[in-house]
Amino acid sequence: MDRRRFLSIGTAGLAVAAVPGVAFGQPAAAYGRLLVLVELKGGNDGLNTVVPYADPAYYALRPRLAVRREDVIPLDERAGLHPALEPLAASWKSGDLAIVQGLGYPQPNLSHFRSIEIWDTASKANEYLGDGWLARAFVAKPVPASYAADGIVVGSSEFGPLAGPGTRAIALNDTDQFLRQARLAGGTAKRGNASLNHILKVQDDISQAAAQLNPNIAFRTEFPRTPFGNAVRTAAQLAANPAGIGAIRLTLNGFDTHQNQPQVHQRLLKDFADGLSALKGALVEVNRWNSTLVMTYAEFGRRPQENNSNGTDHGTAAAHFVTGGLVRGGLYGAAPRLDRLEGGNLQHSVDFRSLYATALEKWWGVDSKGPLRGRYPVVDLLKV
Amino acid sequence: MAAIVGTAFLFSTALMTGAAIAEPPAIGPEAARHLLNRTGFEGHPAKIDAMAGLSRGDALEKVLAGAGKPARTPAPAWSGEFVSPRIVRTLSDEERKQFQRRQVERAIELKNWWVCEMLSTPSPLTERMTLFWHNHFTSSLQKVRSATLVYRQNVLLREHALGNFATLLKAVSRDPAMLVYLDSATNRRGQPNENFAREVMELFTLGEGSYSEQDIREAARAFTGWSINPENGEFLWRPNAHDAGIKTVLGRSGDFGGDDVLDILLARTETAVFVVTKLWKEFVSPEPDPAEVRRVAALFRQSGYDIKTALRALLTSEVFYSAQNRGTLVKSPVDLVIGTMRQFDVGYSDPLPLTFLLRTLGQDLFSPPNVRGWPGGEAWINSTTLLARRQFLERLFRVDEARMQAQMADGVRKGVDKIGAPGEGRARFMRAALDIRFSGGEWLRQFEGAQSPPNARLQQVLLALPPASPALAEAHGVELVRRLTADPAYQLK
Repeated sequence: MDRRRFLSIGTAGLAVAAVPGVAFGQPAAAYGRLLVLVELKGGNDGLNTVVPYADPAYYALRPRLAVRREDVIPLDERAGLHPALEPLAASWKSGDLAIVQGLGYPQPNLSHFRSIEIWDTASKANEYLGDGWLARAFVAKPVPASYAADGIVVGSSEFGPLAGPGTRAIALNDTDQFLRQARLAGGTAKRGNASLNHILKVQDDISQAAAQLNPNIAFRTEFPRTPFGNAVRTAAQLAANPAGIGAIRLTLNGFDTHQNQPQVHQRLLKDFADGLSALKGALVEVNRWNSTLVMTYAEFGRRPQENNSNGTDHGTAAAHFVTGGLVRGGLYGAAPRLDRLEGGNLQHSVDFRSLYATALEKWWGVDSKGPLRGRYPVVDLLKV
Repeated sequence: MAAIVGTAFLFSTALMTGAAIAEPPAIGPEAARHLLNRTGFEGHPAKIDAMAGLSRGDALEKVLAGAGKPARTPAPAWSGEFVSPRIVRTLSDEERKQFQRRQVERAIELKNWWVCEMLSTPSPLTERMTLFWHNHFTSSLQKVRSATLVYRQNVLLREHALGNFATLLKAVSRDPAMLVYLDSATNRRGQPNENFAREVMELFTLGEGSYSEQDIREAARAFTGWSINPENGEFLWRPNAHDAGIKTVLGRSGDFGGDDVLDILLARTETAVFVVTKLWKEFVSPEPDPAEVRRVAALFRQSGYDIKTALRALLTSEVFYSAQNRGTLVKSPVDLVIGTMRQFDVGYSDPLPLTFLLRTLGQDLFSPPNVRGWPGGEAWINSTTLLARRQFLERLFRVDEARMQAQMADGVRKGVDKIGAPGEGRARFMRAALDIRFSGGEWLRQFEGAQSPPNARLQQVLLALPPASPALAEAHGVELVRRLTADPAYQLK
């Protein structure tokens, strides 16, 4: 493939379409479709992921860290992918990979923990909400009781968007092992203090999930031999299960690249792209790709100007990936404006809650106003 | 008239109980169990009995006595060894591979060293507080990549574990493992690296929201020049890398260096409140009472950040002992694993399987998930970790000897193979797993001949709350131990 030619697709540059008080086209059986979230934990460097390779300001801000123009995988005349994302090029060409540039929120917070809390709870920068945005959606419109779980967190112990007292969310690393151990869960109707109640609820959730899941699904697709690759395999097994699941959340750790960024970021992006490409392969095999929507997120992007440790400090807005069989590929949002930094950081062009609204309204047919505590324009990136 | 009589009566009662005030009441066995479990790992029946007759103050002094001493487990053989990155760069590919393999081995040995110390220490509070500070001033082997530096940090943390917080903050800020972990080592004037400046405010002192982004940028400049000597891995001041200009941090201006910024942070009232809130969640309950926190924080600050002062104020308080706070804290993996080993006098030769078990349960020592440390509390328990906890207990108390085979199958994971020659780590792990044994008959003998029926006494010793699952009445001996430890209440302290 000639790298210099754009990996062109039919549609591109679609802006955010305002859909106020939308009437839902086809009220698809809510939660009949699966949502997979991939957290790029630590704050992925958006500028070295989707590289503004035609912008001299980018090279001026990053004399050591910039991805060279001749190395990027060009998407259009301005934006190109980091070369480690090569495994995603096929998806881009076939038109089911969308990239939303400039995802962020007003008055950005640069603390890992506060900012991911804002993303997880879909709060404003100055409000503190306890429950995750998916947890709120599942309370507003419950997942069918027959489902194995509302949400499953793979390879992490933090529930993030799924955290909430009313949610049937479980965490597991390996489906087989989970089912072998589940007989130890036990059950009781008794209730006590908050900590005890939490343990009792986890027991109940384990019992229900274990009764529904069937791990005997083999794929021809090969998965990367990394922890993330293993998590992707588990996610694919869960997605292929006949018992429904509302959402799955995966986590890829290590994006807090304050120093020595080139090697670390290269490895992380390759791991990510290999994993995503395997997920697609596996779900196409079991005819689940058209009912799966994958979205990445992170607490923030990184500072446009490199630091003195061959790395980048905490930043604000960043590009994120959305993919799935019914995704309309292309670039969305606005290209980063390095000439309009605010306190050295990028301004966002798309509110992250617009992406959440897209998943809730267009993917699931769930009214987003309650769960997101307001209306956000959806991003028109789905063929549904 | 009646009112006057009443007052006189109250007055004389107060006088009469004057003697009792001089000698405050004994705390009793339930409270003794509570104090031992909250400040240590377990409560042996004999220890509970010895403490039950003491007052709150005396009981706590007993816990504090002997705390803060150096570890008794011999330091790992390599703990004085530091290999300069300059030498590592000159290694051949093969040599470098061997070097990295040795680093992984040392990381495992280091974790094992701490587990050994926790299993055998006469002062569990020292370990609990060292772990508390490890989770406050986090550093991770993954980033620091030198078991030597991380070991030295642990020595530093335990030296100050029950000492002075201000001294500890200043020492840990120039601790080499911390300098690497939060990138201070590469923080130079011109384009400072903000990592340490941010976390020292957000996570070590003030807490989120008590400073601005500008404060962080300015503070980062003050810390420039704090670095590491690449030859011996010790702190090195590099004046040439320091930004000597005027900085403004939290409203104060000057040509600050790092220690000046730490002093500014220590002068803020938020710092004592932040640390005491964390101590509260560690020792008292998941929900700090703001008024009580302010009271303890004021004492802590007035004492010049004496950690024992804060602990005395917290751990002799009414609220610490109140019935509604019993059994409200989730045991951490260390509490559960080390506590169970110690409570049941479980035999072992090499704690390697326990070291790996802690990782499975989500508390991989010296490798916290991120700079905020382990979130703790309810977050310890999810479907994966709850099942792994139950499996550990079930196998420990199953009479079936074949249990260890199963334990090995799940316990031997990546990492073990990195010890020694091919197969060596696995073999060591399997031998060690076989040696982990509970001698039920022997252990249960201490419950014979007690005044209260053995079943009630066993439950009192093992559970902070009544069992959540019924039907314990008909069980006895090891079977009762198995059921009590399988109960959700055993996960709480």
